[in-house]
Amino acid sequence: MSDAFHVEVKDLCVTARNAKGETFPIVSGIDFALKRGEVLALIGESGSGKTTIALTLLGHARPGATIAGGSIRVGDVDICALDAKSLAQLRGNRIAYIAQSAASAFNPSRTIMDQVVEPALIHDLMPRDKAEAKAVELFSALALPFPDTIGSRYPHQLSGGQLQRLMAAMALITDPELVILDEPTTALDVTTQIEVLRAFKAVVLERGATAVYVSHDLAVVAQMADKIVVLNQGRIREAGAADQVLHRPADDYTKTLMAAARPAIRPTPKQADLPTAPLLEIRGVTAGYGKIGKDGRPRVPVLRDINLTIERGATLGVIGESGSGKSTIARVIAGLLPPASGQVLLDGEPLPPGLAGRSREQFRRVQLVFQNADTALNPAHSVGQILERPLAFYHGLKGNAAHMRVLELLDLIRLPVNLIDRNIGGLSGGQKQRVNLARALAADPQLILCDEVTSALDTVVGAAILDLMADLRRDLGIATMFISHDISTVRAICDDILVLYSGTMVEMGPRTAFQSAPFHPYTDLLIGSVPEMRAGWLEESHAGRKPPPVGAAGDHPDLCRFLPRCAARVDGLCNITPPPRHPLEKGSRILCHHGDESLIAS
Amino acid sequence: MARSIKGAIALPLSGKIGLTLVLFWILAALIGPMLAPYPVGAFVAFDVFDGSSGAHWLGSDYLGRDVLSRLLWGARYTVALAAAAALLASTTGTALALTAAVGGPKVDEPLSRFMDMLISIPSKIFSLVLVAAFGSSLPLLLLIAAITYVPGNYRIARALAVNLAQMDYVQVAKARGEGRFHIAIAEVLPNMIHPLLADFGLRFVFIVLLLSGLSFLGLGVQPPDADLGSLVRENISGLGEGALAILAPAVAIATLTVGVNLLIDALPGRGKRK
Repeated sequence: MSDAFHVEVKDLCVTARNAKGETFPIVSGIDFALKRGEVLALIGESGSGKTTIALTLLGHARPGATIAGGSIRVGDVDICALDAKSLAQLRGNRIAYIAQSAASAFNPSRTIMDQVVEPALIHDLMPRDKAEAKAVELFSALALPFPDTIGSRYPHQLSGGQLQRLMAAMALITDPELVILDEPTTALDVTTQIEVLRAFKAVVLERGATAVYVSHDLAVVAQMADKIVVLNQGRIREAGAADQVLHRPADDYTKTLMAAARPAIRPTPKQADLPTAPLLEIRGVTAGYGKIGKDGRPRVPVLRDINLTIERGATLGVIGESGSGKSTIARVIAGLLPPASGQVLLDGEPLPPGLAGRSREQFRRVQLVFQNADTALNPAHSVGQILERPLAFYHGLKGNAAHMRVLELLDLIRLPVNLIDRNIGGLSGGQKQRVNLARALAADPQLILCDEVTSALDTVVGAAILDLMADLRRDLGIATMFISHDISTVRAICDDILVLYSGTMVEMGPRTAFQSAPFHPYTDLLIGSVPEMRAGWLEESHAGRKPPPVGAAGDHPDLCRFLPRCAARVDGLCNITPPPRHPLEKGSRILCHHGDESLIAS
Repeated sequence: MARSIKGAIALPLSGKIGLTLVLFWILAALIGPMLAPYPVGAFVAFDVFDGSSGAHWLGSDYLGRDVLSRLLWGARYTVALAAAAALLASTTGTALALTAAVGGPKVDEPLSRFMDMLISIPSKIFSLVLVAAFGSSLPLLLLIAAITYVPGNYRIARALAVNLAQMDYVQVAKARGEGRFHIAIAEVLPNMIHPLLADFGLRFVFIVLLLSGLSFLGLGVQPPDADLGSLVRENISGLGEGALAILAPAVAIATLTVGVNLLIDALPGRGKRK
């Protein structure tokens, strides 16, 4: 009976040693089996052991860990019984691995082709010219641009999404029978993710390889998997067919995961505002790096003509892909990057452009929370020291008064009081992000600039942080600028939304305007690229399809920047004339030639 | 005090060995001369390069003086002078490096070029000129050793500090409105202290060597006093016979420098804390 399965893992146990030298299991009691050509998804939070299990299929345990028990069978081979030499023959040959970050998995000093054909050459499967021909074939199957010549480029000349697909080509060149994909799209923008997923699905699945897909993203898994194994703390919580796990989860933990993946709408009742100036106003800000030229633009412009307002206690969401300039807005407001032109007004009063000249009071009212709490908190300080500094700096609190306030803050962010003397290195990712938030709150600010505060966190932990922020906003009335690449989160928690593309505002409006079409073509692409939690979405989605052909673009500096990727572009208009900024009926303003009717029609 | 004893117990074995060696030499520097059986310059043995005997535990040197006595006197110069010079060089270099890192290019550039100029002066020639001009004295030797090793420390500290000054937590501190002094002392310095201590150990060894080199040229500690380096140099002719007179001070230098470095490497650094 068991012969029917291609991959079979029975009672797998991997152990590691802690600092005291005691062995403890990282994962235990893992059983699953796969038929040839099936895709199994391992899902769970970080630390759940999903990568550990995936690596055991290669016969590998990370340094410090050992495969302590159970059996792993791939085809007719018992992985656990093999020695290092036979394992080496198997790896990159019959079993291939696609890592999370292709950008760091490629050697920057060698061409792509050299690296892609390497597995075939190492295992002596085919001569080099044949391997290169096969690589080119794979490049075009993976929908890479210029498949004939892309191999002669170096990794730094290619984008993250392209590298991820090239990594797949490297894995598939030996026609492996088992492919392990370890979070292959996690580091990518949604708009890139959809292209990579399409390419993976087409190539990996059509070649009939068995695949193990490791991910924390249920919606992505829904597109790829036949079977799903849900892991938590090294144990299987639920295993079954994809359809059953996604739509009729039996386990409580799976249900929690599902709930966290769909951000709850958190309406914020606007405070009865006094008719005063908005809390923050940005007028015509252009910013970037390098010398400022004669036309008033910096040499490397990042932001162009940004205008926005944030009311007291309101939340503004800023979304866009990486490189769209969303973090730069926060840096300009905080004074870290003086704008080339334009003004930032706080409470109707212009803020000095740079750090110099701002008063301590102005600093206090605007607080910046960085994306990555690992680097935003000084590793040499303890939690208490980090929280006491703004108290002493802005409010002159010292000694016992400061200590009491720190305890209050810890209570506010729901951290246990005994963490106060803990060094930053001893906190978990979620705890660090809470401390990061608490440091901003310690200043008693009016505006918090949150730069991707949940991106580095697991879904469940991230959802808890979002809940916390919603509570804080309700209780303390602090305005928030919420920067994110995740449009579903932004739509759930923000009052107003700004969509940035390549440093220009392409659409801005209240949340209600982002519930239904028409959208700016870029907003449409962003929304359409977010995977839905059902099978078949990937095939149906129209996002990321080829745009219609247009003539060469004119040389006007204010032409639509989304032109090269726009699915609704019009030849003779979009490539010649700069787009106007105009309102849509639903309440948002867009930067596009299209109006309500033509957007819906396209 | 209780805390430092606890810390000493928590040290790994190599650290305990280092601590013991360092404490031994500090003690030797403090009370060594009181324990010395003979005056430092007295000719007390009949034979040169004598082996160990009841009267002269470490034998006699090239002039028939008691090696143990000279060693106990010499430890004071080496430990005190080298430690003080290394400390002076490290604190000056690091302070300037922090100033450069948080001060931006306008401070960094002139300071770094000045250090480049300083580093290009050969240390021996530099010392020769200064000693020729002012005459040899302990304060001058201290100053020479310190100035010679400031640029090296500055280079390393600046490289560390410039990287750290780009970290997000420094950006956060800037956006909080913190001044440069706070950023340098509270945000940057604590994260570079461990590599700087390792550098201090290295500078210490270099300075011991520089001082003994100067003594060899007759510019360092003046006879009949001698530091450990000059004890090795003056007994160099005993090397062929393997005389204790040259082995003892060489072992002394080795244990001192190895001890300092063992201790520094074992100090709790980043990532080792609880």
